[in-house]
Amino acid sequence: MIDSALKDALRTGAGSAIHEAGPRPSDLTLRLAGPGDLPAAAAVLMGQSMTLATVVATDETATTDGDLKVRYIFEHTGAGAPDRFVTLLASVDPSHPEVSSLTTAVPAANWHEREMQDLFGIVPIGHPDPRPLVVHDGWPRGVFPLRKAFDGTQRVLVEPANEFPHLVAEGEGVFEIPVGPIHAGIIEPGHFRFTSVGETVLHLDARLFYTHRGLEKRMEGLSPLDAFYVAERICGVCSVAHGLGYCEALEQIAGVEAPLRARLIRSIALELERLYNHVGDIGNICAGASFHYGTATGSRLKERLQQMNERLAGNRFLRGLVVPGGANLDLPDGLLRLLTVTLEDTLRGLDGLMGRIEANPSIVDRLDDTGVLQHEAALDLAVAGVAARASGVDRDARRDHPHGAFAGPDPTILNVATVPDGDVMARVTVRALEARESIRLIDEFARRLAPGPLRVALAEPLPGGRIGISAIESPRGEAVHWLRTDAAGLVDRYHLRSPSYHNWPAVALAAETAIVPDFPLVNKSFELCYSCTDR
Amino acid sequence: MLRILLNALRTGVVTTRYPAVPSVPPDRFRGAPLLRPGSHLPPPGVCPVGAISEHFDHGQRRVALDLARCVFCGRCAEDPWADAIAMGRDFELAARSRDDMRIEVIADDPAGAAVGRTPDPDMQSARASSEIKRVLGRSLHVRHLDAGSCNACDWELTALLNPVYDVRRLGIDFVASPRHADGVVVTGPVTRNLETAVRRTVEAIPEPRVVIAVGACAASGGIVGVGYASAGGVDQILPVDVYIPGCPPRPEAILFGILVAVGRLDARRASSLLQST
Repeated sequence: MIDSALKDALRTGAGSAIHEAGPRPSDLTLRLAGPGDLPAAAAVLMGQSMTLATVVATDETATTDGDLKVRYIFEHTGAGAPDRFVTLLASVDPSHPEVSSLTTAVPAANWHEREMQDLFGIVPIGHPDPRPLVVHDGWPRGVFPLRKAFDGTQRVLVEPANEFPHLVAEGEGVFEIPVGPIHAGIIEPGHFRFTSVGETVLHLDARLFYTHRGLEKRMEGLSPLDAFYVAERICGVCSVAHGLGYCEALEQIAGVEAPLRARLIRSIALELERLYNHVGDIGNICAGASFHYGTATGSRLKERLQQMNERLAGNRFLRGLVVPGGANLDLPDGLLRLLTVTLEDTLRGLDGLMGRIEANPSIVDRLDDTGVLQHEAALDLAVAGVAARASGVDRDARRDHPHGAFAGPDPTILNVATVPDGDVMARVTVRALEARESIRLIDEFARRLAPGPLRVALAEPLPGGRIGISAIESPRGEAVHWLRTDAAGLVDRYHLRSPSYHNWPAVALAAETAIVPDFPLVNKSFELCYSCTDR
Repeated sequence: MLRILLNALRTGVVTTRYPAVPSVPPDRFRGAPLLRPGSHLPPPGVCPVGAISEHFDHGQRRVALDLARCVFCGRCAEDPWADAIAMGRDFELAARSRDDMRIEVIADDPAGAAVGRTPDPDMQSARASSEIKRVLGRSLHVRHLDAGSCNACDWELTALLNPVYDVRRLGIDFVASPRHADGVVVTGPVTRNLETAVRRTVEAIPEPRVVIAVGACAASGGIVGVGYASAGGVDQILPVDVYIPGCPPRPEAILFGILVAVGRLDARRASSLLQST
């Protein structure tokens, strides 16, 4: 039930909106009278300490509505907060596609609005930085790839273009350092334009979306059961999280619930994904501080976990375990014993590694007070996951939007680890605490496994015209999935807002408290994905 | 410091001896799908990435599987097709040409033998390879190039440097600059936003250079395919010397492909992967 205080506030703030429940029964959708009402309605939600969860644009020009729509979706986060999304839905006139930008009031809306402008041609009026984001140089003007009329199956060739207008500082003794998109190591591509005075970073302009593959368009028109394989492959190291988020949204549409045993196995997989990521990330942060023993130990522990993943799921990234309707593979006792032994060794190895890091002043000196993300900035940018919790923001989708084994009666209690400092050391500490918590959770889930079915069938065609929404705590934080079927039950629109999407602007802020040589360290402490940001 | 040394001694040697000692993947590992000739093979629609195709020849249904496209999800080996296709455990699938990664069999006819379409030997890349072998010898220093991957292939390349695989023991290393490289390992389908960077990076590598496409996306477009933002594979942009199937290929599969590229191991022909009737 929606509490009356929120409803009353919304009536006052955005009077003429139509209230309805949805997409889930506990959610609320407000149909605004026009896109001009967005700022007032958003101000009410922000006043209720809500956070921007995602923004989804859709092209409905071919339907009876004959319009474009934007949905700004907000959520509650924090201990004791209700599991609820509030959608502000505005209809946009296709002959005059404009909305009032929320970015100055809701900084987290920044990239969402630039993306909407690139892919749908919906212009956010009053946006402070309306440069192109997703489509890069030489993209034809007036062509919007996520409009339904655009044929996404044809290549759009790269044409010569002017240099991208980077935001840089200028002055005497000020240098510009261009880095990327191709980096010196085995890393994903992005361009970082530093402005520096000596070693001190004055400003960092990060340009991403080099790995934009058009995956959301690719999924449109597919059977939702086929599109699952695309969702599972949006990102390698978030395969379980994104596969699961897609499945949960799809299962809402289908009106089915995965059986308990499947939900436990899904949650075991999700924690295993977090564990191999966190352990490997701690090792990689050591690489940023030139502590090679730590790098080798982290990569060895991660390798051991990935070899176990291959034995459990047939794939080192756990692909193939989670499927729509449940789990595809069971965890028999033999594999559970392997799991127990491997996790005991991992815990011992992790404790040893953290002990060596904490006992080594030359490493601690590099990590302490480096790359600070302020608490207020983390709130403003709706930062997710480890980065949020290391800046003292108590936020975790496993608790705020229960999924997998955290849903249902008698759910598992999650201990959310937060540290107030916001520096690299805080992010290392949160990862170590969470890795230990994941090991505890996996043990508990494994003990709760009781015989039962693994999967429920999803009949094709799936129900048409329905929306599913889910939020999954991936290793990097909350990922929000939004899926809608068309009249024939095929994928009409799918949108993923990954945790990295909200966290990248925070990396740029944190880097501005550091020196240029520490950027790799700061970047690794956030450890964001380019591929699930760019899609 | 002493504790670190003690820990290192206690840990001992963790490095694999592959390829000198063969690697056996675990039971659940999904390697190359094995098609049983003559069986009731599934229709193309079963495959979510279009790796399965069919055509009719003299009234016979012929089903082909493109390993370069396959994402090894195992869907075609699930019921009701489990009798016709099984997920094998073979992972050493690197090949020198797209033709070598195609398996074609006659379906629905128990008497039907494997078609075993004889692949054209790719003379061009064979020549390039002997030239590479002459100039570069048995060691290979490569640059990694992410052309829009989901990062799974990238992490498996990183894993090659961990203490377990430690590819440097085989004279293989990853270098920072294309100017220092003998070749390039490319992951991802080549996105529109990276096309220029991909061309320029490869052009910066001195010739002769070897181009290795790692994973389904790089080898064929994979799950991404061709689209407004994707070229649909590295060979749409540049000539490729070796293709390594997988989604992602496990580290040893990538190592196998790199050793094939420098002529230290022989590539397999997909037609040798037929399930016996």
